[in-house]
Amino acid sequence: MIQLEHITKTFSGQSPESQVHAVRDVSLHIAPGEIFGIIGYSGAGKSTLVRCINLLERPTSGKVTVDGVELTALSERELRAQRKKIAMIFQQFNLLMQRTCLDNVCFPLEIAGVKREAARKRGRELLELVELADKAGAYPAQLSGGQKQRVAIARALASDPKVLLCDEATSALDPQSTRAILRLIQKINRETGITVVIITHEMAVVEEICQRVGILDSGSLVETGRVEDIFSNPQTDAGRRLVYPDGVLLEELPAERVIRVAFDGGSAYEPLVASLAIDCGVKVNILGADTRNIDGKAFGTMLLGLPQDPAEAARAMAYLRGQPNVTVEEARDYHG
Amino acid sequence: MDKFFTQMAEIFSNPKYLDEFLSGIWDTTYSTVVSTAVSFLLGLALAVLLVVGGKDGVRPLPAPFMKVLNAVINILRSVPFLILMIFVLPLSGLLVGTKIGTVAAIPPLIVAAAPFIARLVETSLRETDQGVIEAAQAMGCSPFQIVWKVMLPECRPALISCFTTALITILGYSAMAGAIGGGGLGKTAINYGLYKYNSAVMLVATVLIVILVQIAQSIGGHLAQRSDKRLR
Repeated sequence: MIQLEHITKTFSGQSPESQVHAVRDVSLHIAPGEIFGIIGYSGAGKSTLVRCINLLERPTSGKVTVDGVELTALSERELRAQRKKIAMIFQQFNLLMQRTCLDNVCFPLEIAGVKREAARKRGRELLELVELADKAGAYPAQLSGGQKQRVAIARALASDPKVLLCDEATSALDPQSTRAILRLIQKINRETGITVVIITHEMAVVEEICQRVGILDSGSLVETGRVEDIFSNPQTDAGRRLVYPDGVLLEELPAERVIRVAFDGGSAYEPLVASLAIDCGVKVNILGADTRNIDGKAFGTMLLGLPQDPAEAARAMAYLRGQPNVTVEEARDYHG
Repeated sequence: MDKFFTQMAEIFSNPKYLDEFLSGIWDTTYSTVVSTAVSFLLGLALAVLLVVGGKDGVRPLPAPFMKVLNAVINILRSVPFLILMIFVLPLSGLLVGTKIGTVAAIPPLIVAAAPFIARLVETSLRETDQGVIEAAQAMGCSPFQIVWKVMLPECRPALISCFTTALITILGYSAMAGAIGGGGLGKTAINYGLYKYNSAVMLVATVLIVILVQIAQSIGGHLAQRSDKRLR
């Protein structure tokens, strides 16, 4: 549904040194009906990247194709028509403060020239969908953050879009409203098959509803994959920093060798350490552990300190490598 | 001081003064309202051009055009009003057929006020939430729709305040116009106070101008507040 090919966005400055490379050579394919997360720390270029999808930011180079139409090749007028298929919601909601909720929802229809009566009918249905039918006549200033975002979602859906871009849509909300909004997005995705792109800096958001995720670091897409893969076994530094934000400094750990054991959905991890001690008589130190429940399966990693004795350490490694659904790697370079 | 009280007593006893003040109020109100209405529309159009056509505007216009527009506005704003009026009076002769009187003052008032209003409104329009404009662009709004359906409605309370400020400023200008042949309370104050040494009439005329300003300010402030849906 969305194809980004070698997208680069450079903001020019006064001098060549002050140029900002917000997005560097990002290529990405997002399938129809998918909920795709783009995660990264602030300043990683997430917002710029998502704005490259609907060309609110025109990429310096690269090709953007949405629903089979190459947006980067269109005139302004043609682009405006295509944008009606790509809805967007924002961290700050961006509702029209001088219009009622219903008028906000009707706004895209008004732009598209839909008759007032038909627009109002559709607007009411959408408010019903986001469970705010009773707030039709209220002004945005009278609503809570979560309610404002629901109005924004209703407004986004008014033009029957094929893609919904969410730019930090839950970052200004409390945890409860965040969950409610995410569930609403999930529900809409299931019912309408809309493709959703979620930009966030919060791992929990990706975990909650995304099927695939891309990790953006300094403008580059460093890792892409299924959420459970990335979470159970991140391959890059940026990935590890995001998945284990409270990671430990290896220098501070007492053990000689530190290994990371990743569980990808099969085994429970507690008996593993016990059986390691019983089956091969090796005692290991648990230096840190983190587990997550994704789609009902347990995913997690554990940092283990191996014994000083090389033979015992080798035995432990061999045993662990023999376990199903477990990946073992030496954690040499991991800094929290 | 005695003279002042005699003059004051005469104002209330001689109906000639009542007529003078009533027609003064009418002339002042008339020329102010007409000039404000026209110059506000002109100023609004200029402000939209300034905001929309800027480098980061929703529909950037050629840089040389913007430079000239800015320069013209700045020059018109820096010429003192009284002098600008004298420059523009021939235009009044052309447009309304006379260089003296209430109606003659209207074209100079418009020319003087429009650039001022343009800057005033420009500042308000620039305060439109950029996020809302971005949201509108994302929905596929054209630049015209952004101006007409987003910027202007979202700025409505600020625009009402601008209108009030413009009205009051032009009311002041129109009083000044009295010095070079304009009509209204300004003319009354200047004629009596400056040329006939009648400070009582000047005082009353001034008080009337102050009252008009107060009325305009409170109505404008009230309307601005009532139209602002953010304050509920």
